[in-house]
This record gives sequence, C-alpha cells and structure tokens, in this order.
Amino acid sequence: MTETQPAIRLTALTKEFGAVTAVDHVDLEIAAGEFFSMLGPSGSGKTTVLRLIAGFEQPTGGTVELFGQDVTKRAPFDRDVNTVFQDYALFPHMSVLDNVAYGLRVRGLGRKERNERALRALASVRLEQMAGRKPSQLSGGQRQRVALARATVVQPKVLLLDEPLGALDLKLREQMQVELKEIQRELGITFIFVTHDQEEALTLSDRIAVFNDGRIEQLGTPAELYERPRSRFVADFVGTSNLFDVERSRTILGRDGHHSVRPEKMTVSRGGLDQPGVVDVPGTVVEAIYLGSGVRLVVDLDDGTRVSVLEQNDRDRMHDDERGDRVVVSWHEDDVVPLGIEALPGISG
Amino acid sequence: MTHATVPRPRETPARRVSVFLSTHPRARLGLLLSAPLFWLGIVYIVALVLLLVTAFWSVDSFTGEITTEFTLDNIIEVVTGSLYQTVTLRTLGVALAVTLIDVALALPIAFFMAKVATPRMQRILLIAVLTPLWASYLVKAYAWRSVLSQDGILEWLLAPFGGSTPGYGLPATIITLSYLWLPYVILPIYAGLERVPDSLLEASSDLGGRTWPTLRLVVFPLVLPAIIAGTIFSFALSLGDYITVNIVGGANQMLGNLVYTNVGAANNLPLASAIALIPIVIIFGYLFLVRRTGALDNL
Repeated sequence: MTETQPAIRLTALTKEFGAVTAVDHVDLEIAAGEFFSMLGPSGSGKTTVLRLIAGFEQPTGGTVELFGQDVTKRAPFDRDVNTVFQDYALFPHMSVLDNVAYGLRVRGLGRKERNERALRALASVRLEQMAGRKPSQLSGGQRQRVALARATVVQPKVLLLDEPLGALDLKLREQMQVELKEIQRELGITFIFVTHDQEEALTLSDRIAVFNDGRIEQLGTPAELYERPRSRFVADFVGTSNLFDVERSRTILGRDGHHSVRPEKMTVSRGGLDQPGVVDVPGTVVEAIYLGSGVRLVVDLDDGTRVSVLEQNDRDRMHDDERGDRVVVSWHEDDVVPLGIEALPGISG
Repeated sequence: MTHATVPRPRETPARRVSVFLSTHPRARLGLLLSAPLFWLGIVYIVALVLLLVTAFWSVDSFTGEITTEFTLDNIIEVVTGSLYQTVTLRTLGVALAVTLIDVALALPIAFFMAKVATPRMQRILLIAVLTPLWASYLVKAYAWRSVLSQDGILEWLLAPFGGSTPGYGLPATIITLSYLWLPYVILPIYAGLERVPDSLLEASSDLGGRTWPTLRLVVFPLVLPAIIAGTIFSFALSLGDYITVNIVGGANQMLGNLVYTNVGAANNLPLASAIALIPIVIIFGYLFLVRRTGALDNL
C-alpha cells in the first residue's frame, strides 16, 4: 500500500433496485485526507453510493477499492470505513460511553482499555461529562457528536457521513460544520460527506461531486462548481442562477447555447452603467425582498425574461427600488457562464 | 372585493352536546370510560374476588352444600397435599418447556419476518402465523392427536430413521401446547423486532460487529421486553390448560384438570377455587419478576 493510492476508487459502480438504476456507472477517485462531498437532490444516488462504499448494499456492477484493495465483496465489518448515520443510529439501551466503546468491544478490547479510549474520543467532542447518560437524554447536537466519536474511535481510514447535520437547526448546523472541519483536520482522515444542502457542501468541502440521476454531473472544487458550472443542472442546483436558454442567450447575450449569470454578478441602476464589456438590459421591478445583508430584486426584462439580482446592502446603494419601478439590469460579459449547447432533459431554467 | 358568505353552523341539540363535551373534559372522560369500567368491575374483578373468597369456604361433606364459614383447610390441603404438589410441579414444568420451545422457535421466525423477508414475503408469513388462530382450538388439538398416534404421520415420517412417535403423554402435551401458543409468542417478538431500526444493525456491522455480537449486544437486549411479553402468553396459557392434556396427555393431569374434576364430579367448588389460586399465584410471581424489565409496557 502506498501513499499515492486514492482512499477510495469507484470503477463503473452501478446499483439497480429492480427497474430503477440508482447509481449508473460511477467512476470516482477520492484522495486520502480529502474532505469530499456528494451533493445532489434526493433520489440522485448519492446516499446509495455512500452505502455501497460502506458495504450495506452490494453493487449490481463495478468495484469499490479502498486504498488500492478491492473491497467490493467484503461485509461492512470487514471494511476500514465507518459511517455517521443520518438518524445517528445510537444504541438506545447503552450508555453514551458504551455506545462509543462498542466498536472496540466487538474487536475484543478489555473493558478498561476500551473505556479509556472511548472517554478520550468523547473528550474530543467535549462530551465526557455525558458518558453515563443514555442517548435519549441528549440533545440532537450532542447525539450527533456521540455518533461522530463512536465512528472515529475505531480509527477508520475513511469516514462516511450521511447527511449528518440534516436534523439540526440552523445555528447548531453552522456550529457543527465548523467542528466537523476541525475534527477532520485533526484526524487527517478522508471524510465523505453526503448532503443535499449546497451551501453546506460549498462551505466544508475540498471537492464536490454533484449527483443527478445516478451519475456525477460535475466534479470539482467549490469555486469551480460555483463559478464555472458546466450544465444547467449544476448552475441551478449549486447556488441560484439566472438561466438563459438558447433563444434568450441569442437575443439578450448574442451568444449560442445555454448560459447563466449569478444574481450577485448583476446590478440594478436607473440609467445603466454604459461601460465597455457590460451588458445593459432595461426591465421592470416585480419584487424587492429585503434580506438584511442585501436586497433581492426580481426584475422582468423587457423581453419577458425574469431575473433575480442580489444587491449588497452597502453605502453605494443609493436608491430604494420598488415594485413597478423601471430599472436597467447590468452585468459584465466575463460573468456569463456558458452551459453548453444542448438542453438537458427534465430541467427547466 | 366580494365575499361569498359561509352559513353559520345551525344550533342543533347534537351540536350543543358537542360544545358541552368539548369544554368539559371530565364529562367526556366519564362517558368514555363508564361502560368499560363497569364491565371490568363487575365481570373481572367481582368474579376473581368471588373465586378468592370461595377458596376460604368449605363444602359440607354430608349435604354437599357450601358452608360460608372462613376456613384455611382448602389452602392447607392444596399447599401440603402431595397430589397437588406433584401436579403443580408437572404443570409448571410443562409451561416452562412450552415457553422455552416457543421462544426458541419464534426468535428466528420473527427475525426473518421483521428483518430479512421482502415486504411481500413478510405479509405472507404474517398471514401464515395468524391463520391457525382462526381454527378451533379443539380441532387443532385433535389434529395433533392424530399426528402423534401410533399409526400417525409422525410415526410414518420417523420410522425410516429409527425414530418413533412419543405417543400420548407429557411430551405430546408439550408439543401440542407449543404449537397452539406459538403465534402468541411470534407476534410480540415480531412487533418488537420491527421497532428496532435497521440502521442500528447496520451501525453495529459498520463498527465491526459480526452477526453473533450484533445479535447478542444489540438485537437481543432491545427485543428482550418483547420476548418476555411473548413468554407471558405461552406461560400463562399453558398453566391454565386442561383440554390439550386430556386429548394428547394420556393419563397425565395438570392443574386445570384438578379444577375441572373438583367443580364437576367432586362438586367441591371451594377446593377447586383453592387449586385455581395456584396458577394465579405463580403468574403473579412471574409478572413481579419481569416487571422491572419493562416487558409489561409492551403488552
């Protein structure tokens, strides 16, 4: 085993449930120590890929390699990967300490040794005082951290996280995101994180795979995905986008193919910017939504295209636009992202 | 803007009653519970109390009339008489054996139903478990009598391997009772296993637990209350049975037979009541033992 081996290599991985293809020939390499996210809407196959890596499901075709070793046929208990479950899956009849020590117990460690290690793992998530409690006596965030300690105490090579923050409220979720990132840095192991929350994926990940219909739609760093989405699906799913189909691209942008412009790259003024490289299009304000840090303006361009503009709430914002106001929407040509020529089936802009 | 007017609800007597009940929770509770409480009070409690009281009366051996004078004679006879001790131990032994056999059979069946079978298979198995409950108890007992007889199907099946039917006796009683009460043991265990989320089994496997540690450390502790709930059924039902042992038990008697004989042929209702107290005491002892496991929350 060498260091250059990827932590995970999936080759033509396929999973069919009856007539439904949940995962469709997925090829993927995840480097050791990477914080990797699988992002996609529900039913896109991301959780199935995670379960195939963990060994809970057997693939219909293809292989799963862990540090160069083919583990496709191995049972979950024979793989050096551990999972943090969406519902945490803590054993309700065991104390927090026994939960965390479980993986060590089934490996035959003595009570003293395993309790020591479990306590250390609990300390790393700052829950050592809760060791004697039952999971039902903990809050959601605490259960989440126990699940994390239980999965990491056995020192897996890869940690799989199945929407672990989905059940937490917003404040707690943001706090846990920071903690997850810290823990991953400390342990130095590969994290594979499944989520449908694009913001979460962008915040946490080194790289993201966007899943759609059982395939990887695009693979890249958060910045690549956000700045240069390669398809309408990615442009629409990762962040918000103003999508221009082939016809509107031609009339408004004067270009061939589909395009997108991010709302924050657009700006609204009374008379247009009238600068080289900037497109000015007149329109009418349909809705002005005050967001605190900014204002979201929904504007109907004169040809009927509806765009969303995000204006920062800074000192330069001189005018308060209202519903019905005539304005000019402007954006720089460099901020127009080409999304290819052919329309994707099933997705509307 | 115009509003289509919605007519106000009409003030009917039924509506007035509803309004009254919705604002008077105690009246609601009283109406809801009075009938069942009456039933429980009269039919269950009074009958049981009468049984208890009768056990402390006696029968005038000359006239056969019941004397309503307090006496401990029946209780003393039942506790010290060697016949009653033997039959009590035999009944207890049969009930324990039936319970053990049923749990041993029910665990894998219930596990397969709850965790392995496809939803379709699950439904088929559930029906298969429930169907025998629709058939008459007597028919099933007599069916076993035929199966266990000297020229029955069991003999025919076992003879080529040098075995033979156990014939009529206690083993036959245990086999038949195990068959009769099996559904009552499978169903609570199945329900208990259904309530164990699959993710717990996956988590155990994920953390390195093979099949046996997973069953021992995760599944078993979680379904233990359900198992105990099942054993309460098989144990209590076996303790009170007297028909099966009559049909396939040969000359053996169980406590139920003694009660039956004393009520009928011997016309000694006080003694029958005293005998009937034995299984009640045993069951109460058992319930007391299992109370702390939380199994009673599962019934």
